Amino acid sequence: MIILTLMAITTLGIIKLRNLFSVVVLSSIYSFLMATLLLIFDAVDVALTEAAVGAGVSTVLMLTVIYYTKTTEEEPKHSSIIPIMVCLAIGGLLIYGTYGLPPFGASDTPLHNHVSAQYLQRSIPETGVPNVVTSVLASYRGFDTLGEVIVVFTAAIGVISLLKKDNS
Amino acid sequence: MRLDILLRISSKIFIPFIVIFAFYVQFHGDYGPGGGFQAGVIFTSAIILYTIIFGSTKALKDFPEWIFHLMIPLGVIIFAGTGFLSIINGFNFLDYDALAHYPKHGQHIGIISIEIGVFVTVIGSMVSIFYAFVNRGKK
Repeated sequence: MIILTLMAITTLGIIKLRNLFSVVVLSSIYSFLMATLLLIFDAVDVALTEAAVGAGVSTVLMLTVIYYTKTTEEEPKHSSIIPIMVCLAIGGLLIYGTYGLPPFGASDTPLHNHVSAQYLQRSIPETGVPNVVTSVLASYRGFDTLGEVIVVFTAAIGVISLLKKDNS
Repeated sequence: MRLDILLRISSKIFIPFIVIFAFYVQFHGDYGPGGGFQAGVIFTSAIILYTIIFGSTKALKDFPEWIFHLMIPLGVIIFAGTGFLSIINGFNFLDYDALAHYPKHGQHIGIISIEIGVFVTVIGSMVSIFYAFVNRGKK
């Protein structure tokens, strides 16, 4: 709860501030808080990724981008009432939707009873890998992970061809 | 340049540990948290730290850009190659039981092999994107 409150305060800061350098630093802080939250949920692999990518590498990339542009954001030209209304409506709908979810930590939900239980039971006898996250990612869902690697590959090729300086 | 001696010495001490931690996350991924993607990003952060502290000219000389450009497709080839190796041995695509006589050993070899593929692609693309931004500043 404390971490969620801190995240909300950070988000308000990101919205309010016009200095882009502070915004980047605040989004880095937001990523660290998110990583802490994932750690509390025992999702260590995701927390590690969030800390390394969200707080580390993407902050450096955004700082590099700011170096080539202006460091202050311009004042919005239009009134921001309609976006605020849309955000409040969608946020309210999402909060209303959470009342339909099963209680936090319940073990009889569909999520825990179909494939997850199978993975937890069969990971050690079939693959001998104690970290179930790795055995699911690399072995049971190897083809999905190949797709993810190809997504990274395609994204990198795209960014490089966009940013490459013309040698001609 | 002389004023940042503290930063340069401390980063010289830190960078080997960051690289070792990246390899720990890489090869310990079967037993603890982590894997190729996380290890690749940690390794990238070591190179980014080196570039920030020692300047882009020196970094581009020590770690030339073409290596990282080569690493992007190389990782995909390692990953897909592991899959095709299973097909050659008469199993399904990416069925690691094919890679050793005992299925569990095959699973271990397969997982390590594809994690190396992920690691190589992630380092290649992350550093290439970073270098692309760095090079853009040089007019």
